[in-house]
Amino acid sequence: MFPSYLTSDFEVVRNPSRCTNCRICEKQCANGVHSYDSSAKVMISDETKCVDCLRCITYCPTKALKIVKNDCCFRENENWKSETIKEIYKQADSGGVLLSSMGNPQPLPVYWDRILINASQVTNPPIDPLREPMETKVFLGKKPSEITRKSDGTLDTKLPPQLELAMPIMFSAMSYGSISYNAHKGLAKAAELLGICYNTGEGGLHEDFYCYGENTVVQVASGRFGVHEGYLNAGAAIEIKMGQGAKPGIGGHLPGTKTVGDIACTRMIPEGSDAISPAPHHDIYSIEDLRQLVYSLKEATNYKKPIIVKVAAVHNIAAIASGIARSGADMIAIDGFRGGTGAAPTRIRDNVGIPIELALAAVDQRLRDEGIRNSVSLIVGGSIRSAADAIKAIALGADACYVATAALIAMGCHLCRSCQSGKCNWGIATQVPALVDRLDPETACNNLVNLMTAWKHEMKEIMGGMGINSIEALKGNRLMLRGVGLTEKELEILGISHAGE
Amino acid sequence: MKIEAKGLDFTALNEMIKSSDGDCEINGCLGQRFIADGLGNGKVVINGIPGNALGAYLNGAEITVRGNAQDAVGDTMNDGKIVIHGSIGDTAGYAMRGGEIYVENNAGYRAGIHMKEYKGKKPVIVIGGRTGSFLGEYQAGGLIIVLGRNSDGKPTVGNFPCTGMHGGKMVIRGSVEDIRFPQQVTLRDATADDMAEIMPFLKNYCNYFDFDINELTEEKFTVITPDSRKPYKQMYVAN
Repeated sequence: MFPSYLTSDFEVVRNPSRCTNCRICEKQCANGVHSYDSSAKVMISDETKCVDCLRCITYCPTKALKIVKNDCCFRENENWKSETIKEIYKQADSGGVLLSSMGNPQPLPVYWDRILINASQVTNPPIDPLREPMETKVFLGKKPSEITRKSDGTLDTKLPPQLELAMPIMFSAMSYGSISYNAHKGLAKAAELLGICYNTGEGGLHEDFYCYGENTVVQVASGRFGVHEGYLNAGAAIEIKMGQGAKPGIGGHLPGTKTVGDIACTRMIPEGSDAISPAPHHDIYSIEDLRQLVYSLKEATNYKKPIIVKVAAVHNIAAIASGIARSGADMIAIDGFRGGTGAAPTRIRDNVGIPIELALAAVDQRLRDEGIRNSVSLIVGGSIRSAADAIKAIALGADACYVATAALIAMGCHLCRSCQSGKCNWGIATQVPALVDRLDPETACNNLVNLMTAWKHEMKEIMGGMGINSIEALKGNRLMLRGVGLTEKELEILGISHAGE
Repeated sequence: MKIEAKGLDFTALNEMIKSSDGDCEINGCLGQRFIADGLGNGKVVINGIPGNALGAYLNGAEITVRGNAQDAVGDTMNDGKIVIHGSIGDTAGYAMRGGEIYVENNAGYRAGIHMKEYKGKKPVIVIGGRTGSFLGEYQAGGLIIVLGRNSDGKPTVGNFPCTGMHGGKMVIRGSVEDIRFPQQVTLRDATADDMAEIMPFLKNYCNYFDFDINELTEEKFTVITPDSRKPYKQMYVAN
């Protein structure tokens, strides 16, 4: 199609009185937006390439730049929005499936924002976390249904394997391949310092990071990339990935251009090959089959590692979770439809799956009703954006939260949602060595530790306000939550009352 | 060490295998799952029928089964050898990364799917008879050899082999006329180089199952390779 019908989404506004032609913007932009016109002696911009990552703005020494939304518009139409029209142009031009990244950006309800937290007044005093101990440590895994004693009367303290976390948050799965070596290093180091876990995602574990094993969840997905006996035993827990919130029901492709060097080695596929994760595990067609994979992993690791089964939040999630709880899994991870990804078909990302708040409430209730809530721990993600979201999730019934997008943002991600291009200017979702070098793992680690330390303080303050001094006492404590502006049905599923009740 | 498997559940049986710290022979095996999962060394001989996930994540040990085996033999196997004096069920060698599997007779559905390789590390599956449908789906590396020694008149390979194949090599002995391959793979007659590459594995097969190598190599061999290592490159447009 020439000329292209596509107009640029953004406009680069350059203040000529400030621009010194230093060309730093040109060097910083991997998309090739900026260039120097030597005859006119001015910097020029090709805005069609701009993804609004704000890298050039951040590094412009004279603050001469700003990126604004292009106001060159189609005639307004509530049915045929400009996004929709542009998507049709793209598909008419290429015949391709629309590929996006990060989480669902559509204006669908965010229930976290419609849930409010309680605080103590008069009758049940709040607790000041600065002067009284607050317990944020959690143990994830199967809990025994009753206390047993040995023949001499002492307690039998043998427990199934548990995952110990200093706070109820983990960094969720992002594969080495979808994100860079430096990003993985930052996550691993931060997890160690924080006493929590990060997650390898499905791309295997780089040999340099085996030393962070105690703070690592190793993932086994349908492609089984990088899975071997040493890998399985390297982590603190093993996660079977059945699904992902950003793209429930489909697999993933890491394009051959990204399977270079250490990535091919870690995934154990030939360099330059596409890394294809099929949509299903081709050996899992039932809960019984899932049980087989759970137990083959337990056998291969001598029952020392708890097994997590991760699924996307979809319709009937409560029944699915009930099945997983009976498969022998120690934990269930549920990923909501706002969960991020390095690449997902736009239509899937924006139209498949359900909000994590509803899925969590439904699953917790179902497992309680069936009397099996303590035989699994629940981890939820997609998306937990703040300490308040995490507190609400725990009060709704989660044992811990998975955080990925917030962690990426802490490392410098600007949510431009162009990960699939492999040209991340912030050095995170890229394998281009010069771009990867832009992310300093030490800085990334520091920022992650700062973020989580701040969240931990906030969580303690919110808990203290409720007169609660441990995560355990908050878990599933839905009396601490009220809804605002929600329908009867929504309140029923969330299992909470309306504000004012 | 001899292990009498009768009446033992898989946990108890596997504990005995792991504690044997080397070679063991299991008698009366009847459907116990997960035998020798992740085992790094030693030789395990099984008399009877092991259950699903035999030698999953196998890491160097050698397993011989005097009988048939069930589903998920050598799932995600990394190294070692599995020799089956009989037939096997579905999903043999799923995502296999290294080592060798030899099956005297037939394999079920979805054998060798998503097999991988990296540089010198190359998994091999040799199936003496025929296989069910979906052989070598998503194959990313490694070598799958099907010898078609079955005498039941059925085609050597079932429906829909090689879907999404983007690496590795498949070699089929005898006629491939009845087999429908997808568009993204290419078939050719085996060259002398191909034959030299597979010869050590054919010899192993003949050795294990007492078969004449000359009789095996009298028939023609067809090699199947993928056209592209990036089958889905053209499928997407950035949004």
